[in-house]
Amino acid sequence: MSVPVLDVRGLAFAYPDGHQALYGVDLRVEQGERVALLGPNGAGKTTLVLHLNGILTPGRGEVTVSGLPVSGEHLREIRRRVGIVFQDPDDQLFMGTVRADVGFGPVNLGLAGAELDRRVMHALDLVGMADYADRPPHHLSFGQRRRVAVATVLAMEPEILVLDEPSSNLDPASRRELADIVRSLDVTVLMVTHDLPYALELCPRSLILHDGSVVADGATYDVLTDDALMRANRLELPFGFDPRTIGTP
Amino acid sequence: MGAAHGHRLHYHGHSPVHRWPAHLKVLGLLGFMVVVVATPKEWFAAFGVYLVVLGAVVALSRVPPTYLLKRLVIEVPFLLFALLLPFVAQGPQIEVLGLTVSEHGLLAAWGLLAKGTLGVLASLTLAATTEPHDLLAGLERLRLPAQLVEIMAFMIRYLDVVTDEMQRMKVARTSRGFSARNPTHWPVVARSAGALFIRSYERGERVHLAMLSRGYDGRMPRQGHR
Repeated sequence: MSVPVLDVRGLAFAYPDGHQALYGVDLRVEQGERVALLGPNGAGKTTLVLHLNGILTPGRGEVTVSGLPVSGEHLREIRRRVGIVFQDPDDQLFMGTVRADVGFGPVNLGLAGAELDRRVMHALDLVGMADYADRPPHHLSFGQRRRVAVATVLAMEPEILVLDEPSSNLDPASRRELADIVRSLDVTVLMVTHDLPYALELCPRSLILHDGSVVADGATYDVLTDDALMRANRLELPFGFDPRTIGTP
Repeated sequence: MGAAHGHRLHYHGHSPVHRWPAHLKVLGLLGFMVVVVATPKEWFAAFGVYLVVLGAVVALSRVPPTYLLKRLVIEVPFLLFALLLPFVAQGPQIEVLGLTVSEHGLLAAWGLLAKGTLGVLASLTLAATTEPHDLLAGLERLRLPAQLVEIMAFMIRYLDVVTDEMQRMKVARTSRGFSARNPTHWPVVARSAGALFIRSYERGERVHLAMLSRGYDGRMPRQGHR
């Protein structure tokens, strides 16, 4: 098999206060896959995400991104390859204009001039926000801010896009628009979510993280229809939603 | 929502004053303030001239005077203090409108009133005619240390977020029967302020994480970047 985009091996991590968040996580994500990372609150999902670009350093185990280990000397390149979109767009958008915000990452990569403009406008085009380039981000609607947050990461041309709860707090139309955007992107996606219908819609494959380890890894349809597995991991389908009535996508 | 120009102090317009470069406006304000503060308070006519100059700039900016006057209320606590001066200051007494007041105090109060009002009015005019974003770019052109400009940029960016958060906490408090008039409830205000501080601090950490994730290495791109 080719080199996976994301390869996590035996990743264990304890916070400085002694709380052990991850107990040996193994996961591989291949080029072009869209994978959902499911799990109840407190399962360690965010902790895992923060290891993917070296914000947190593993206690044990290792993370490699397209063959490059996540470690001190490669951090800059790792952070280009791994684009994380955080849950609260207000945490991610801090510059005076949408354009400056989307340009923040590329500027840190040393881009300037025409190439910078091209990257910024291309990323904004991908999320349908090009008309808003000169607006201050805090005047946009929540759904628009979420899309700009995705653009800030796309502008770095990442190899893997990591979305933390992409559908949270979105109204149904914004939620669907974001799904259309994610589907249209030609990029590997790891999506952390509690929104199980969204996972089924967008990600052919799902992982369940529970108490700091991966307890299930398979086709999203199979995972969501395994009632015993779902119950054991505090996962519940929303009322009225049954993947079986939709059929295997 | 959706307005391209949203700061509460900013009045959208396209007058010459709006178009003047921000760094010149800052220097202008600074110069004006130095002159106003340095003028002896006995030169009553000079303050009249300053007011006329300021009035001309306001007229040129086409910001409605009522817009600025309404925002002048920020000065009120300060004026109350100035009003006290004639009654508490020492020295020769004179009679004004049937009240015996200190002459020095009266003059000092006038000085505070005139200089304070001119200063606030001039600052409001700057704020009304300059987008916060341009103001930062102007300060950067004036070679203000980059760290200071960045801190101000973050302050402007998160002011609304934190105010909204404060507002939501206030609504949540009120919904549970809190009353600001009841002194026994006051400790709650202090705890809310503490919670707001912690929340803002944690947000600061999350913003920093998000910045690191996009390759932040301690230097911000210039504010003026288009």
